[in-house]
Amino acid sequence: MAAHLKKRVYEEFSKVVQVTHEEAPAKKLRLSKPSKSAALHVDLCKASSSTDALQYLLTFSRKPVEAESVEGVVRILLEHYYKETDSSVRLKIASLLGLLSKTPGFSPDCIVDDAINTLSSEKSHQVLAQLLDSLLVIGSQLPESPAVRLRLIEVAYKNLSDSSFGVRTKCLQLLGCLGLLEAPLGKDSDGPGPSLAAMRDVQSIISDYFGDQDPRVRTAALKAMLQLHERGMKIHQIIYDQACRLLSDDYEQVRSAAVQMVWVLSQLYPESIVPIPSSNEEIRLVDDAFGKISHMVSDGSWMVRVQAAKTLGSMLQVSPHFLEQTLDKKLMSDLRRKRTAHERAKELFASGEFSSGRKWADDAPKEKLDTNTVNLIASGACGAFVHGLEDEMFEVRNAAVEALCQLARSSPSFAEKCLDFLVDMFNDEIEEVRLQSIHVLRQISTHITLREDQLDTVLAVLEDSSRDIREALHELLCFTNVSTKECIQLALLELLKNLNKYPTDRSSVWKCLKFLGSRHPTLVLPLVPELLSTHPYFDTPEPDMDDPAYIAVLVLVFNAATSCPTMPALFSDHTFRHYAYLRDSLSHLVPPLRLPGRKQVYGLDSVDCGSGSGSVESAQLFLQQSLNRVSTIQNLEAAGAPELLDLTIRDLQRLGELQTELAGAADFCATFLRCQLLLMKALQEKLWNISVPLILKQNITVTAAAQQVLDESYKLEFLYSGLENRQVATIHHVRLQAKALQLILAARTRHGLDSLISSCEKFLQDVESFQRLFLTELPHLQDSFVEKLLELLPRLSSCKPVEQVKILQTTLRQSGLLQLRLPEQIHRATATIIEPTGESDNPLRFTSGLVVALDIDATLEHVQDPQNSVKVQVLYPDGQSHVIHPKPADFRKPGPNRHRLITQVYLSHTAWTEPSQIEVRLLLAYSSSCSSRLGWTDAMDSLHPAEGTVEGTIPFSKHVKVFIMPKPARR
Amino acid sequence: MPEINVTPLGAGQDVGRSCILVSIGGKNIMLDCGMHMGYNDDRRFPDFSYITQNGRLTDFLDCVIISHFHLDHCGALPYMSEMVGYDGPIYMTHPTKAICPILLEDFRKITVDKKGETNFFTSQMIKDCMKKVVPLNLHQTVQVDDELEIKAYYAGHVLGAAMVHIKVGSESVVYTVSVNKYAKSHISAWIDKCRPDILISESTYATTIRDSKRCRERDFLKKVHETIERGGKVLIPVFALGRAQELCILLETFWERMNLKAPIYFSTGLTEKANHYYKLFITWTNQKIRKTFVQRNMFEFKHIKAFDRSYADNPGPMVVFATPGMLHAGQSLQIFKKWAGNEKNMVIMPGYCVQGTIGHKILNGQRKLEMEGRATVRLLISFALTKRLIHVGKLLACVFCFHTLQLDVKLQVEYMSFSAHADAKGIMQLIRMAEPRNMLLVHGEAVKMEFLKGKIEQEFSIDCYMPANGETATVTTNPSVPVDISLNLLKREMALGGPLPDPKKPRTMHGTLIMKENSLKLVSSEQALKELGLNEHQLRFTCRVQLQDPHSDPDTLHRIYTHLKSVLKGYTIQHLPDGTVMVESIVIKVSSSAEDTNAKVLLLSWSYQVKHRHCPCSRLSKLGQKHNRLKT
Repeated sequence: MAAHLKKRVYEEFSKVVQVTHEEAPAKKLRLSKPSKSAALHVDLCKASSSTDALQYLLTFSRKPVEAESVEGVVRILLEHYYKETDSSVRLKIASLLGLLSKTPGFSPDCIVDDAINTLSSEKSHQVLAQLLDSLLVIGSQLPESPAVRLRLIEVAYKNLSDSSFGVRTKCLQLLGCLGLLEAPLGKDSDGPGPSLAAMRDVQSIISDYFGDQDPRVRTAALKAMLQLHERGMKIHQIIYDQACRLLSDDYEQVRSAAVQMVWVLSQLYPESIVPIPSSNEEIRLVDDAFGKISHMVSDGSWMVRVQAAKTLGSMLQVSPHFLEQTLDKKLMSDLRRKRTAHERAKELFASGEFSSGRKWADDAPKEKLDTNTVNLIASGACGAFVHGLEDEMFEVRNAAVEALCQLARSSPSFAEKCLDFLVDMFNDEIEEVRLQSIHVLRQISTHITLREDQLDTVLAVLEDSSRDIREALHELLCFTNVSTKECIQLALLELLKNLNKYPTDRSSVWKCLKFLGSRHPTLVLPLVPELLSTHPYFDTPEPDMDDPAYIAVLVLVFNAATSCPTMPALFSDHTFRHYAYLRDSLSHLVPPLRLPGRKQVYGLDSVDCGSGSGSVESAQLFLQQSLNRVSTIQNLEAAGAPELLDLTIRDLQRLGELQTELAGAADFCATFLRCQLLLMKALQEKLWNISVPLILKQNITVTAAAQQVLDESYKLEFLYSGLENRQVATIHHVRLQAKALQLILAARTRHGLDSLISSCEKFLQDVESFQRLFLTELPHLQDSFVEKLLELLPRLSSCKPVEQVKILQTTLRQSGLLQLRLPEQIHRATATIIEPTGESDNPLRFTSGLVVALDIDATLEHVQDPQNSVKVQVLYPDGQSHVIHPKPADFRKPGPNRHRLITQVYLSHTAWTEPSQIEVRLLLAYSSSCSSRLGWTDAMDSLHPAEGTVEGTIPFSKHVKVFIMPKPARR
Repeated sequence: MPEINVTPLGAGQDVGRSCILVSIGGKNIMLDCGMHMGYNDDRRFPDFSYITQNGRLTDFLDCVIISHFHLDHCGALPYMSEMVGYDGPIYMTHPTKAICPILLEDFRKITVDKKGETNFFTSQMIKDCMKKVVPLNLHQTVQVDDELEIKAYYAGHVLGAAMVHIKVGSESVVYTVSVNKYAKSHISAWIDKCRPDILISESTYATTIRDSKRCRERDFLKKVHETIERGGKVLIPVFALGRAQELCILLETFWERMNLKAPIYFSTGLTEKANHYYKLFITWTNQKIRKTFVQRNMFEFKHIKAFDRSYADNPGPMVVFATPGMLHAGQSLQIFKKWAGNEKNMVIMPGYCVQGTIGHKILNGQRKLEMEGRATVRLLISFALTKRLIHVGKLLACVFCFHTLQLDVKLQVEYMSFSAHADAKGIMQLIRMAEPRNMLLVHGEAVKMEFLKGKIEQEFSIDCYMPANGETATVTTNPSVPVDISLNLLKREMALGGPLPDPKKPRTMHGTLIMKENSLKLVSSEQALKELGLNEHQLRFTCRVQLQDPHSDPDTLHRIYTHLKSVLKGYTIQHLPDGTVMVESIVIKVSSSAEDTNAKVLLLSWSYQVKHRHCPCSRLSKLGQKHNRLKT
């Protein structure tokens, strides 16, 4: 067998060789005018057997075809199609028809007729199905042509009665995609036969196939109907009954599609009334559909269950009565009613008794049940979510949780009811489900108040080893309302336990307590003496200020105290001292307090208090005024300008510190102005006219200034998000100025003419590319360096480098200061390394030559695409630096514009004699080729390869020092 | 009408000793072969003499199918196969085959070695019996013989438990043990919509609807966690298989999740062996376990270690799983005695306890237990120390029962129900999934079955049976008989009829049914003749019509011809030269009688086919009569 195969392989291979040999002249032809059709024709004519032809077609299909030669190729293919006896080749040709008509720039209306004609003579069902598929492609390429559509629909109708499921499926697909949305008016289109048939109601025709004998066709019919709906056709209500019948189909894909169909109809006709079979009652359609889909949550196939559970979530119009049934569960044991664990917990809570759980058979069944009232198979919506949440597949459970969330958000009473179930899900065996249910509870937290026993269950999750779960839970606790002071105490205790077990959670726990405190001041109040362990008569020892647990308690108390003025009276002396310390060191967690007898603190804080609310506008105004003031500076040489800039920069920096909302904008402006100032200073040097050797020293400072401006310009461009094209243009303009300055300096210091020529050329290129990039922005850049430069460009490009430099110099000095217009929202990308803290005195010891993993935890704000741009830099004391690119999976997204990087970097070094510090910081990598966000096509890029891409990194976090100690390896 | 007979030999309106005989399509199948735990005499095994008085069972049974490894489903297997005598195939799933002999051996040891019974099966018999076992894979269709095929589906319950779909021709039966969709943490069940004639299902918890397992698990874990945090020890008495593994996984994952460090021990022996098999058959478990298998085998416990007797005295918190489950003997009792005095400790009873066992007593709140002891001297001393017994008189009274020891139970006693049997909802779900035509309940108490039966009949409107032991339930089936049809015939019929066959409407066609060696074939008559080597016989019907006509014979014929031509439009009518008229294939001849030349006899003759094909013949004969009247 193997030998035989081998032989066959060689046979075919040898044939291929022959072909390539013969193709050589064809290649020559292509040089003059590439013609696919000609080559193909040659190939197909040469093909001696059908396998050969198939082989040609296969190789042919791999190459792209130009739009202009498509038609010719199609003609050849069709010609061959009629000659071909082997159905597999015809199949391939049919599929090629579809493929070719997708060619961009080719309009397939010229081949529609030919394609349709092929259908009539085709006997093979497979080929027929493929042809219909190709027609579908053609039809969807020509959305504008109703005539083609009508013809295609006509074809579909004709083939609907085919005996092969494949053909019927394709026909239905065709109808679904192309079926006319409105029946065309008969009078207008007085066409002959075809349009009459096409006018028949597409929906009724498709729905005839709901009862097809093949499940695939049934599915296709349902899908086609859904497709019609998506395209905007209003599905008739009569379909509803048929769709409902399909819910009990034997095949899962049919049931799955039917669930969708029923859902669509329930959204279309929520209020219409349907009768309940076997009784003369009537209910709303949406309720009926809800009941039916709920029933599908206990389907045999898990795919259908997922689908059904998901769908339930979006049926918001359902009546509350039905909704609440989904959480219904009746337990029984030996025909006696048993209370559920939830009910028992609730009762215990109501009676004020602690859950003993110690009583044997406290879940013993109570009253006797009437056998007739027990509903074993849940009818309708009964217990749908109870089933969904207890499903064995976690996908179903997840879908159910999601649906619960959507429904609960729109109905507070339902939210209250489903609380027990959601809390239960906190103990699911799969982490995704646990996480999901925590998120869900957080989303509906506005509607609910947790009972003590529920809180108990919730808090138990705090010990989970997964960081995601814990953090999600902290987030949840931030938004939770609890009912009693015991709850607060419980929560605090558990959080402290969590802190003890996982010290890395520190900041998250503190934040959580901050919200807990500010939400429940009155509940915290009675706890204060106990929390701070004060005593009416005795002085208690002062707690350790560095203890994270103590800080946690203080955060809770201080936040509660903001809205509870009586609380500070309970503080002891050291508490006030600690307050002052924490207010300073953890100002984001500790709010300003009105403390009695602390006038000084009060006065100081009032500034912050004032800046809290209404001052954003005034700050904005101030920012604008400062900018306006700067804009009065006419040109870079104006007198008094540097002082003004200096002042403004200082103002802006302070503004940024005070107003966090405007920090990005203020910072951006300040940096921009600093660039201007640097440029100004560099140009203002009185020494420009002095001869070269004398100004060498000044040159150094100017060079440094130019370099700094260049760096800052990259920072401006890539560190800030929310920039508009106009700002980018301004930044580029600054960069251009810096480059010009560099060029001038180079001309003055260096003597090699060649290098000057090349750098001049490069500069001119830069100018050109600037012009190209910001063509639309040029009108805004009036009176600027660039504008003047562009005026002089013809002269510049013709004259010699030395002259060029001279021109540049004058333009640069004469050009005015560019006005900066602020965009709506501007944010600076920032990163804070939370872990390592850099406080540890214990060095990380490891054997030299081996690696040690350092955990890094950082939050990133306003970083776009951190997966690609954020890097970790490790600086060793010997000056070595490593840049590590974290895995994409290490980035999480806890909120909008916020990312969290939790990763490990591997350190290694040769042996040291004593421990030393390494520095870790985050870098933002950029490449100026990513400035092609302005929509440059590949072609343009390839035209200017010389432009190159400037790549670099901007450090955007403070560095953190880590003590490490590589020990020499023991022999 | 063909019937399916189901006779429970055990488990009919009863719990335990599951053994059900099914005869379907001429095949006899035994489903399960279990023993009854409650009896020690002959009643412990099913009464095989029902099948045959003497002689081997092989002649009467086509196969035996074992659903899972619990002894009440497989305990009598060696007895049946080796002592009564059965050599046919025994089917069970791979895990069942692996675990079953361990349990049987254990059972044998207890009865023979401990209770000293004779006339019981030996280890060798168990081995021999296992040699007859044919392992089944899930969803694998096994052909027992030409007609009988079985297919196993995964049932809930325990590792390797299977639902079996038994099929003979178009008749089929599904047998399932406790399918359970929700209650188990490591097992999942599903079945095709196979529409069997009978669904035989267990109904132990027919009148129970259980609460979510998550609540129960949470309670369990919370209790364990709290005790551990307090520094106490937790004892969990378990039976070796099933429950123990479930709880192990639960605790193991919890330890992992909560990052706990306290040791968990597992008592050695049987359970360890079983764990080994659980490890092997990891693919037979639920989604969670299979998912984590990518990283590691869930049964490759990280936190759970084997227990040693000496560990019980170790300080600090720990969790110990120990056998047996009812605290009546063995390791669990020893540990219990050691730990009972400390109120920090806890014992969790995860299952049902039989009356009379210590487990039952402590669950009912008894705080002082009298224990049997062996070291009498030590006991006396401890008695003397007991405050109450210092009184001499009482001491004297106690001398008579000096080998009992009073044990103060201070530790906490918890009860946790984790039953693996299907509740009523589970059974109803299964019915919905499989859509059987009839339902048959076994393995449950009669009263409870009654309730479920009512419910099933009400909800699904299908018949439900619940035969007692030895009682036969008969279900008549209406099997469809498959017939091969020749392609040519089918094509011919297709050509006659419309373009597509409508599946909802029956259509009649002509053909010949050939029954030959148990197979049925529908062919065209020509082919049938050819195949059977028969000559074709023509059946012609003739009819004479008398009429008075003065004309000569040919004239009469011609007149008839012209008349017919005018009346029968749309038929081909020929006047043949040999003096006949042909209407389609009907021949008309005219002859005059010898006596009266006016009295003509019209001879009509048509073939058999014509009569059926509503051809003009009936009209023709009527016409003839009319003609007659006209002429006369």
